[in-house]
Amino acid sequence: MALQDVCGFLETFDDISPCTYQPNEMGYMWRTPFEFDRDSAFHFVSPPQQFRRKNRAPNLFSSTFSSLSPHQPFQLSHGTTTLGFIFQDGVIAAADTRASCKGLICCPISQKIMPIHSHLVVNTSGSGADCMLWERILTREMRLYQLRHRKRLSVNGAAKLLSMMLHPFKGTNVCVAATLCGWDGEETQATLKSCMEITDVKEAVEQDSNASTISDESAQGSVKMASINEQAEISKDTQALNPTVSDQNTNNVLSTLGRRSGPRVCYVCSDGLQLKGEIISVGSGSPYAYAVLDDGWRWGMTVDEAVALAREAVFRATHWDAYSGNNVDLFHITAHGWRRRDREDLKEEYYREREREKKKIKEREKERQKREGDELVEGEAYSVHCG
Amino acid sequence: MEYLIGIQGPDFVLVAADNVAASSIIQMKHDYDKMFKLSEKILLLCVGEAGDTVQFAEYIQKNVQLYKMRNGYELSPAAAANFTRKNLADYLRSRTPYHVNLLLAGYDEADGPGLYYMDYLSALAKAPFAAHGYGAFLTLSILDRHYRPDLTREEAVDLLKKCLEELNKRFILNLPSFTVRLIDKDGIHDMEKLPVGPK
Repeated sequence: MALQDVCGFLETFDDISPCTYQPNEMGYMWRTPFEFDRDSAFHFVSPPQQFRRKNRAPNLFSSTFSSLSPHQPFQLSHGTTTLGFIFQDGVIAAADTRASCKGLICCPISQKIMPIHSHLVVNTSGSGADCMLWERILTREMRLYQLRHRKRLSVNGAAKLLSMMLHPFKGTNVCVAATLCGWDGEETQATLKSCMEITDVKEAVEQDSNASTISDESAQGSVKMASINEQAEISKDTQALNPTVSDQNTNNVLSTLGRRSGPRVCYVCSDGLQLKGEIISVGSGSPYAYAVLDDGWRWGMTVDEAVALAREAVFRATHWDAYSGNNVDLFHITAHGWRRRDREDLKEEYYREREREKKKIKEREKERQKREGDELVEGEAYSVHCG
Repeated sequence: MEYLIGIQGPDFVLVAADNVAASSIIQMKHDYDKMFKLSEKILLLCVGEAGDTVQFAEYIQKNVQLYKMRNGYELSPAAAANFTRKNLADYLRSRTPYHVNLLLAGYDEADGPGLYYMDYLSALAKAPFAAHGYGAFLTLSILDRHYRPDLTREEAVDLLKKCLEELNKRFILNLPSFTVRLIDKDGIHDMEKLPVGPK
């Protein structure tokens, strides 16, 4: 009909029938991103016409579309606690390790914080499969940017890029809430060269030994350098694995906080929200984490204080929230790159806290008795004095 | 949840927006700026669905700047408002409508100050005062009673303060601080945040 054509009503239904009604709902979601694998840098801006299907519920015009939304096997929700915050000595990214699926813990040891490159990690929450895919797409795009423009994309730029890539999928079931935590820095000739040439681990190890002397001074000792463990666990591009890039003008970078370089934390959500901030926490456990973070955060914190604050925030959240738990992962990002702290089991932390509480109660009891004893003595002295 | 307000005077426009960026029940940011500078003398205030606001507002912003680059002179506020309306209307009956409510405020050399109210169905109206959000229900009658076309700058700020006091008193949500800007023949001026924001 003429009016139907003008309005574009019912236009796309014929085209999408081959892919929509497959028994595996996620199958069609996996297919669309690969359509984008073309040479243009902006191929991700809009999905091909035949795959575009928006199901926006609160809209007069989509009431007929809602009958075609895919049947969800289970409720997708952000069952997690992740957090990231900046302070004077870098960025802390922390997350729990429980992957849940409605009432079942699918995996108690999942990894929610994934490094993108040497100075950027991403905390992911939402649907696990979507997060893994989009994290890889982001890594690819950032590497391409670095190769084309000879400098790393800033954290805000990466957030904008991810937000733009996710925008065409708004209204579909893509569920990604990512917090990008990283350090924006200026590149010197030495670091540029190193970024371009790194394909073999040997060079990375050489730079490691050069940088470790500088970085140990700032690392306060309590944070372990777990780069060797990382290379075993994550088999990816070695560029992404290199945790410490020797930065010739480290001191300058640290002193020029706020403008061109410095710690950054940025939140990107698949429904389009993009926020820059100082403290970001995402997931079902985030209200509990915010309460702890808001109480203890100061810009001038030391690394130890910051790490302790992050651990406590995740611990409290996992205590109250059913969908968060098991272990806590902690990353610390500075101008030298990211460092990973050993994974800690929060069960131990819970028992340790119980012990501490018991000790405190005993001490308070002792103090109270001592005070009562003193008051008695004073009372007698007074009565003696008066009498 | 979000609140925008604009008051037009004889030679200026005063606009204010709240600073809260929320995600379900959490205030994720207390100092979020909802105003987009389209040109030296035009501001676009944009609230609505999470990703749509930034996406649409930045699209309009870049297009207005492109017009200036191509033609050498800036769009007038009236032209920018109508351009925005046309874009919103075009997207309305597409597969990707933008759910955004806008206030466009600007100063034109020839026509003077202008405040334009636009809602998500792309209805456009030039108005002496306007507000968006649940807070609008509480403050429009205050504006009705106390607005005069020949307000001075101080009186306009007082009127704005009256509105925000009413919000503090009667609105169920906590909106602790607001960004306030004034547009006149000299451009866009940042004013003090009202009330004093949390530290």
